[in-house]
Amino acid sequence: MSITHDDGGAPRSGETAQQGDADRQEGLGAAGAQLSTAPADTLSQAPGLGALGWARWMWRQLTSMRVALILLFLLSLAAIPGSLIPQHSDQLKVDAFKRTHPDVTPLYERLGMFHVYSSPWFSAIYILLFVSLAGCIIPRSWQFVGQLRARPPAAPRHFTRLPAYSTWRTDADPEQVTEAARSVLRGRRFRVSATGASVAGEKGYLREAGNLLFHVALFGLLISFAVTSLYGAQGGRLVVQGDGFVNNLTEYDDFNGATLYGADDLQPFGFHLDSFEQKYSASGPDRGTALKFQANIHYWNGANGTPVKGSISVNHPLSIGGEKVYLISHGYAPRVTVRDAKGNVAFQGPVPFLPQDTNLTSSGVVKVPDAVDQHGKPVQLAFNGYFTPTGDTSVGPMSLFPTLEQPILWLNAFHGDLGMDAGIAQNVYQLDTTHMKQFKLDTKTGVNGVALGVGSKFTLPDGAGSLTFDGVSTWASFTVSHQSGNTGALVSGAAAILGLMGSLFIQRRRIWVRAVRGEDGATVVEMGGLGRSESTRIADELGDVAQQLAEAAPPRPDDDAEPPAAPGPPAPDESAPSDESPADPTPLPDDEGARA
Amino acid sequence: MIIAAAVNENFANYSNYLIRSAMFVYALAFLAHLAEWVFGGRSRIAVQSAALAADAGRADGAQAGSTAAAVTVVRRGAAGTTTLERPVAVRPTVVTRASASDRGIADGPGAAGGTEKGDLYGRIAVSFTVLAWMLHLGGVVFRAASVRRAPWGNMYEFSTTFGMVAVGAYLVLLLLKKDVRWIGLFLTTTVLLDLGLALSVLYTSSDQLVPALHSYWLWIHVSCAIISGAVFYLAAVGTMLYLFRDHYEVALTAGRAQGGRWGDVMRRLPAAATLDKFAYRMNALVFPLWTFTIIAGAIWAQAAWGHYWEWDPKETWSFITWVAYAGYLHARATAGWKGRKAAYLALVAFACFLFNYYGVNIFVTGKHSYAGV
Repeated sequence: MSITHDDGGAPRSGETAQQGDADRQEGLGAAGAQLSTAPADTLSQAPGLGALGWARWMWRQLTSMRVALILLFLLSLAAIPGSLIPQHSDQLKVDAFKRTHPDVTPLYERLGMFHVYSSPWFSAIYILLFVSLAGCIIPRSWQFVGQLRARPPAAPRHFTRLPAYSTWRTDADPEQVTEAARSVLRGRRFRVSATGASVAGEKGYLREAGNLLFHVALFGLLISFAVTSLYGAQGGRLVVQGDGFVNNLTEYDDFNGATLYGADDLQPFGFHLDSFEQKYSASGPDRGTALKFQANIHYWNGANGTPVKGSISVNHPLSIGGEKVYLISHGYAPRVTVRDAKGNVAFQGPVPFLPQDTNLTSSGVVKVPDAVDQHGKPVQLAFNGYFTPTGDTSVGPMSLFPTLEQPILWLNAFHGDLGMDAGIAQNVYQLDTTHMKQFKLDTKTGVNGVALGVGSKFTLPDGAGSLTFDGVSTWASFTVSHQSGNTGALVSGAAAILGLMGSLFIQRRRIWVRAVRGEDGATVVEMGGLGRSESTRIADELGDVAQQLAEAAPPRPDDDAEPPAAPGPPAPDESAPSDESPADPTPLPDDEGARA
Repeated sequence: MIIAAAVNENFANYSNYLIRSAMFVYALAFLAHLAEWVFGGRSRIAVQSAALAADAGRADGAQAGSTAAAVTVVRRGAAGTTTLERPVAVRPTVVTRASASDRGIADGPGAAGGTEKGDLYGRIAVSFTVLAWMLHLGGVVFRAASVRRAPWGNMYEFSTTFGMVAVGAYLVLLLLKKDVRWIGLFLTTTVLLDLGLALSVLYTSSDQLVPALHSYWLWIHVSCAIISGAVFYLAAVGTMLYLFRDHYEVALTAGRAQGGRWGDVMRRLPAAATLDKFAYRMNALVFPLWTFTIIAGAIWAQAAWGHYWEWDPKETWSFITWVAYAGYLHARATAGWKGRKAAYLALVAFACFLFNYYGVNIFVTGKHSYAGV
């Protein structure tokens, strides 16, 4: 491999990039300064004396890029456990996890592993990150305002040290050349300032503006998140077909209020579930795949509002009274009639069963707290088991299709104490059999349970009562959610993307033009370009400007175009770093980080 | 219950044939790329004479440019003098000084190593890739036609589209006259793996979407995610090769000669600085799109689930990926982190993306789990 160096310099292969940058900045003086407001890396400085010195040192540490990077890294690391361990938003899963992993549960609980995203350590990381961010962008914003009010910096002494430069000799007057340079740069929408024989132009301030916008937008997102968690409340309610719901605390199955939004803030509205439509693919390889779920309702707004026909489906929530009602899930509620030993109807109505699989095999409990036994003494009855919309008694309690083709109710029967009188809230879908005794059913199969079709009835042994399977209703569950901070989050998100695009795709750059009359009476034109980053676009742009400028100041025909021996006041610096950049294959976004 | 959007089995079969044919042609492209690397490395003498010939040709071009009196932008690089001509009557010259991160080592000649035979195989490989991509595109389009929706409902469909977009992005770069043929071998290998995995493990017969996916956000959110992933992939290849090539260059500048087969392969890659720049530009180009993907997902989640952000595993891993790439972009601009450290960060970020795709879909259950196998 052969490496050639046109201007005779030695390759600086061993040199680190850091030193190279320092070189460049030193060589250019004020001209190279403040092309960005990126913070200087101050980590290596030792802390000063005293508490104030230490505080200042800590603050500098926190706002340094390195610490920000480490915090970013920690943030992504800290987010991982929450994706692998069930979180408190899904309490059922958390409970299941705790049952199967009793050994690690205490440790996880202490570490807050079940609510990672609201745990102190996760909060600590992002709060530190945002403090670091604030400590970074507030000074930078002021600096940027200062830069906007200032003029582009004056030309450096040595144009040859710039990443791109050009020079030629012309017969035009220096004043003509600088005037032409001003108008060319203005025409290209550079900010221009002229001092003496040179003209300075700068462009691409939107990069810095975008950068700041992006980081401010992150604060906007954080605030929106906070608003959402302070005001965002939601409640869930399961409604059986033919039944209704009124937005009132007592009507909810569960209600999670927020710090600043409680039961008193609930808006008066309600709806009535007329029917629930569900469609499934009936054939093909995807038999049983859901195609459509839609709850047809009548809803009203206000205490005495007129009911209006409407519908709620997945992706199409109902907006009402400033809240939104979402369709969450659906299932079947077998309608049963339970008679006690005296033949009285002890329970009658639909009992929602919860789906266990995609074919809607559902499990549930029928609790009958007020029955009497043969002697007229109060007794409590319970039936638990499964419901299969399309069942087969030879297969067992496992549904074959999600619609009601062959509904079967599979039940076990119990008697005793449901434990409901203890005053402890009970899960209506679970049966606590601690104080209950299972009936011994007389079945041919030997299984201590029954499988009932619609309309059939089974009698408990010893005349303890009976249960009739009257039919099946559909239920749907809804979440009513009060939302705040959505608009803020959306606006912040959009601003973040705009800012990112500005800071990644726009390049900040400077171009200087100097025209000085040489000893032989010809005017020497020098041009130099400096970009924030290692982009070749600055060279192309400089070439374009040079071409335009050359129309006003044509090169003297006797001059050789190459080599451009800078004939101006400073001699060409041959010892200047001379590493070469190969032609760049991809002039895509330029080359610095978002926060740089 | 058979609704209008019933699956068209014929189209689904055409799609499968097309994807299999595409795999066959990708395999041919893969072999042609292999031949390119093999023949390109065979003869040092051939390399040198070819390089000399190229230099002579370039010098002629420069001469012609001068006599035509053009504005010349001269880049003095170790690769030689590149001359861009502008047809004007004057000719100021722009000289560029390279950035500090370059070592002054030129880009390698590419896989063909400057040999005619290698170059021929390289061109054949690109032609095969174009043909395979067209078949691949056809496969995706027929899949979409068979289900009459966006073909992004399950992992099989994601994987096929992902490969198609990655190859498409590569072909666009070639079309823009970027010197990226060095990716070819890695890309065809990956696409073959991707499609093989899709057909053998992830295959799902064409079917309808669950109601949660019935939204125009599917088009927006998922397409952006796939494009982001494909471009992140290209960047990751660049980053990986950068790490190897950087190692090679460090050894080279330390005076340790790099002979053997490994050195011969490394020699032909672009310079570390070029690879690094390529990777950065790809990542920076697509990072805003990835940001948009997450925000679009949040908007959709708001409509479908009632919350724009619920720390669902997929959301969490998208966030982790985002933070990792943001860390990379910052590291690039931080003195002590640019170079190899930043490159490792970029690879970690891409690993997060991959886990978000394969790991979360297969091993973690969340609300995105319908996107499963």
